[in-house]
Amino acid sequence: MPKSSLKQTLQDLESKKISIRELNQDYLKRIKEKENLNVFIHFSEENVLKQIDNLEKDNSTKKLKGIPIAIKDLFCTKSMPTTAASKILENFNPTYESFVTQKLLDEGSIFVGKTNLDEFAMGSATNTSFFGNTINPLSKENEPLAPGGSSGGSAAAVAADLCLGATGTDTGGSIRQPASFCGVVGIKPTYGLCSRWGIAAFASSLDQAGIFSHNVEDASILLQSIAGFDQRDSTSAKVDIPNYFENLDDDLNGKTVGIPKEYSIDGTPMEISQIWEDAIKVLEKKGVKIKNISLPHTNYALPTYYIIAPAEASSNLARYDGVKYGFRSEEIDSLDEMYENTRAQGFGREVKRRILIGTYVLSAGYYDAYYLKAQKVRKLIADDFNKAFKECDFIVTPTAPSAAFPLNEKQNDPIKMYLNDVFTVPASLAGLPGISIPFGKDKNNLPLGIQILGKHFDEQQVFNAAVSLERSYE
Amino acid sequence: MKIDKNTINKIARLSRIKLDDKESEDYIKDLNSILDWVEQLNEVNTENVEPLSNISSSILPKREDVSKDTNSSEEILENAPDKLEGFFAVPKVVE
Repeated sequence: MPKSSLKQTLQDLESKKISIRELNQDYLKRIKEKENLNVFIHFSEENVLKQIDNLEKDNSTKKLKGIPIAIKDLFCTKSMPTTAASKILENFNPTYESFVTQKLLDEGSIFVGKTNLDEFAMGSATNTSFFGNTINPLSKENEPLAPGGSSGGSAAAVAADLCLGATGTDTGGSIRQPASFCGVVGIKPTYGLCSRWGIAAFASSLDQAGIFSHNVEDASILLQSIAGFDQRDSTSAKVDIPNYFENLDDDLNGKTVGIPKEYSIDGTPMEISQIWEDAIKVLEKKGVKIKNISLPHTNYALPTYYIIAPAEASSNLARYDGVKYGFRSEEIDSLDEMYENTRAQGFGREVKRRILIGTYVLSAGYYDAYYLKAQKVRKLIADDFNKAFKECDFIVTPTAPSAAFPLNEKQNDPIKMYLNDVFTVPASLAGLPGISIPFGKDKNNLPLGIQILGKHFDEQQVFNAAVSLERSYE
Repeated sequence: MKIDKNTINKIARLSRIKLDDKESEDYIKDLNSILDWVEQLNEVNTENVEPLSNISSSILPKREDVSKDTNSSEEILENAPDKLEGFFAVPKVVE
């Protein structure tokens, strides 16, 4: 069965070609068939049926009425537990709804379940989850592949057609890289476009919610739904949210695309350089001016990120102390022992590694050498983009340095794992919007992604370039 | 080597995470390799560069300074691993 798009489904619901119940039962069936992929941390058929019942009684018109959406299990939801894929939140039932999920509920969407992720969104393969690996739906038998991460469950949910869209979060590439690995569209908007309220925090100056979907049009519809100002997030931006979908325009004639030379890195597979060239050729044919640009501090983005993100994480994750919510160790002879044992047993290896690194770089005597230094380099990275965007309207690069790799590969070498984010991290540090769209395949027929970056709050240009490339590829 | 046994113990203590000997050894190795790797930032001249801590271009909004009485203590305690008469309960802290 060909995957139907959100846009098409909305029309089919409108014209009564299909009912909300029929539509969702179709998705429920597939979710149960694909249980082996371990896409969901929380899935309850009963809960979905209850949502269908409620919507059937509701006569109001709603933009996403009846649309099945999967939610990354980092967003707090009242109707389902929220774990952040961590043992420390194993039995956590939020008493409030995140901003993003509330917006989706207000528009009438149905939450099919909470998707798997790397523990607290720290990882690039969805293999640090307390609830086990997610398997990339594009894997061949006996050869399970990683879906990427950290939003691997959401990317896989869309790729396996278990929903019409999914939420994700992206701190250094956690939407764009899994989108590339699973052959779906994934957009991380500008920092501040979607409120972080109710999202379990990882690195607050970088965390941003976004969308996975089957195609660019669907992403433009869904992003509009989750964006908007929220006074409960002090970094939420007061900007007008355009109707991205209505404004979609694939005519790029006269625009300028920036091609950063620093993104040609040694060891990048030929096929990835090839799709990058192909994308540039397509744009050229569409009348886009090709401009070679330089982002000179690109090489320093990863080490900068791996100081700043763990530093913020060590502070954010201090709240998990076994007192207010979540897991508490049984070994609690004293208060200190309770903290230390709770956190030792409640956090997984990668999370502890990042808390320790973050604590070190923030500790007395090292703060200036590491954290302050990284913040200064971050400024230079952001300035590089500001300069580049004076000469171009958008930037095109590959999304990830490889196609999906086998599960458990790269597990033992943290730095090798961190290199997955080499093309996505710079834009995260600069707070820029970025989308990954499938664009070509490697020799094993696995999808490869192209990343389009735009100016702050210029999601429309990002969508326009993406839809143009997508339509030329189809 | 930047991180030795003493340092890892100190950081673990600051982080309130108990580590066993095997874990300590693993983290000493991991942290040293990560810190060696981030060392490359020293190549970058950052003289007179302002540190960037908030990428958001918008000005922090102000809200009216009014108190709200929501009395949500029951909700707040709902997920507590241990509670007692409307409070979070923890092991005894004073002898």
